[in-house]
Amino acid sequence: MSSTARRPWGLAATTAAVTLFILAPMALSVSAGLMNNYAAGWRGGITLRWLHEVWTQYGGTVLASVVIAAATVVITALLGVPLAYPLARSRSRWTAWVEEAITLPVAVPGLATALALILAYGSWADFRQSFAFVLVGHVVFTLPFMVRTVAAALRRPELLELEEAAATLGAGFAQRFVGVLVPAVFPAIVSAALMVFTLSVGEFNLTWMLHTPLTRTLPVGLADSYASMRLEIGSAYTLVFFAVVLPLIWVLQLAARAVEQKHGH
Amino acid sequence: MVINPTSVRVQQCAKTYRDGTVALQPSTLSIEPGEVLALLGPSGCGKTTLLRLVAGLEVPDAGGAILFDSQDVTSVPVERRGIGMVFQHYALFPQMTVADNIGYGLRVRAADPAQLRTTVGEMIDLVRLNGLERRRPAELSGGQRQRVALARALAVRPRVLLLDEPLTALDAKLKEALQSELAELLRRLHVTALHVTHDQREAMTVADRLALMEAGRIVQIGTPEELYRRPSHGFVAGFLGRVNRLTVVVRPDGQPGIELGGGWLTVPSSARAGDEVLLRPEDIMVDEAGGDSAHGVVAQRAFLGDRVELRVRTHNELLLQVDAHRDCALHTGAPVRVRAAPEALLHF
Repeated sequence: MSSTARRPWGLAATTAAVTLFILAPMALSVSAGLMNNYAAGWRGGITLRWLHEVWTQYGGTVLASVVIAAATVVITALLGVPLAYPLARSRSRWTAWVEEAITLPVAVPGLATALALILAYGSWADFRQSFAFVLVGHVVFTLPFMVRTVAAALRRPELLELEEAAATLGAGFAQRFVGVLVPAVFPAIVSAALMVFTLSVGEFNLTWMLHTPLTRTLPVGLADSYASMRLEIGSAYTLVFFAVVLPLIWVLQLAARAVEQKHGH
Repeated sequence: MVINPTSVRVQQCAKTYRDGTVALQPSTLSIEPGEVLALLGPSGCGKTTLLRLVAGLEVPDAGGAILFDSQDVTSVPVERRGIGMVFQHYALFPQMTVADNIGYGLRVRAADPAQLRTTVGEMIDLVRLNGLERRRPAELSGGQRQRVALARALAVRPRVLLLDEPLTALDAKLKEALQSELAELLRRLHVTALHVTHDQREAMTVADRLALMEAGRIVQIGTPEELYRRPSHGFVAGFLGRVNRLTVVVRPDGQPGIELGGGWLTVPSSARAGDEVLLRPEDIMVDEAGGDSAHGVVAQRAFLGDRVELRVRTHNELLLQVDAHRDCALHTGAPVRVRAAPEALLHF
C-alpha cells in the first residue's frame, strides 16, 4: 500500500531526463536564431535581424504552408468521409485490400510517391508548377489518416443502429449520411482533421520533390535556408516555424477538445 | 392522434444469410388491423429476423412475401414502408434534442413547420415528456429515452409499429411499470404492432396474441391464455410458465400412470408408458398426511408474498415444484399427500 502511495521519484526523474533530451536540441536551435554569432555564443550578443531576414525572404512560405494544410484538411474530409462509409459497411474481403491500398502512401517513402506523381502528372506544366501539385501530394499522403479514423468510428455498432433508425423514419441515404452519420462521427472527423493539418504543415519528403522555386512551403524553405545560408538564419527559421505553427495547432487542439466534449459520446 | 391501422401478412418468409446460416425457416403469420402481436422466444430463435423482414431492414429469401393490407411491400425499401420502429437500445440521435428526435421523421418528409410543431407537442404530451423537450438523450434516464424512442416512432403515424425488445434495457421495476403503460397506449392508439421480446410476462401483458418461436420457426400462435392453457407443444408449455416433467410408467393393473411414492396419478388416455407428461406447479395440490398415506415430504419452502413455493420430494425420489396458497402452513419436512386432476396433465 505504502509503496504505491509513495511518489514515484525514479519515474519522474526518467521522464524529466527524456523530456530534456528531446527539448534541448530544439532549444539550442531556437536560441541560435537569436544569437549574433553562434560561434561566439550569447557573449556575442542577441539580435532579431536573422528573424527579420527569414521573414523577408521566406515569409510567403508560412502562408503557403498554412493555406495548403487547411486545403488538405478540407479535401481529405470531403473525399475521406464518404470513402470511409463503404469501407465501414462492406463485408467483402476486398475492403481490406482497398484500405491497404489507400494506406500505401504512408508506408512508401514520400520521395517515391512524389516521383510517381511527377511521372504521372508532371507533363501538365501549369498543374506541375502550381501549389495544386503540392496540395495533391499532401492529400495523397494524409488521406489514409482521415479515412481510417472515420471508418473506425462508422464501424461502431450503435452507428449502424442509428442509421437503421433514420431509415425506418423515412430518411433516404443522403439524409441519413448528412443528418445522422456525419454529426455522429464529427469528433472523429475533427480529430482526423487535426492530424491531417499537423502532418501537412510539417510535410517535407514529398514536398521537397514536388515543389518549384515558386511553390515552396515552410519545411522546404527551412531546408533551403539550412543548406544555403548561415546557421543562424536556419535556426531563426525554426523559431518562426514554432511561433507560427505551434499556436495554430494548440488552438485546433482546443477546438477539437471542445467538439469532443460537446458531441462526444 | 389517429392512426389508420393496417393488416400485415407474412407469407412463407425465410431468411438464409450469405454464410448459409438459416435464421428463419419459411414462416407465415398475419396481424389484424390494430392488433398487437408479440414474437416470443429464446435468444437466436429468429424473432428479430422476422421483425427486420417486416421492417424492410432484411430481404426475405426468394418465395417469401410481405403484405401491408393488399400492398405487396416485399421490395419496398425500409424508408418507404411507412413503419415506425423502437430499437432495443433506442437508437436516439445523440446530437439532437428530445424534440428534434421526435420530429426527425416529419422533417425528412419535409413536413410543414406548423404541423411539425403540433405533432411534436402532441407526442410529448402522449408520452409525458413535458419539460424535457430541449434535453439531449445523454441527459435522460432509461425510461425517458424509451418514451422518446416510442414518441419518435409514433410521430410519423406509422402503418405498422415495430418494437424490438423495447423494454429489455430497463431495470425490473421500471420495466413492469412501462409494460402496462405501453399496453394501454397501443390499445388507445389502435395501432397495428409487432412486438419482439424474450420476456413472457412482457409479451402476455402487451400483446393480444403471441407467436412463440423456436429454432427459426413459429411453434404456436394464439392468445396468451390459449398458449398457456392449451399448448400444442412441450416447448410452448415449458417456455410459458413452469412445468414438472414426469414420465409415464405401467401401473400394477396394467394401465399407464405416474407413480408418486406409493400413490398414482391418472394420466390422459393418450399417454403411453415411457411418454413424458407436463404438470404445472399451480395444478398440484398438497395436503399434510400422516403415516402410509403420505407420498413424500416438503423438501424446501419459500414464501414469495403472493404464494408459497414448495419442493416436494416423493418417496420414489421425484422432485416436484408446487405452488401453494400464501397461507399454506406446510413446513420443510412435513409429510404430504399429492393430488392433481387428470385434465391438468399436459401430454403431447
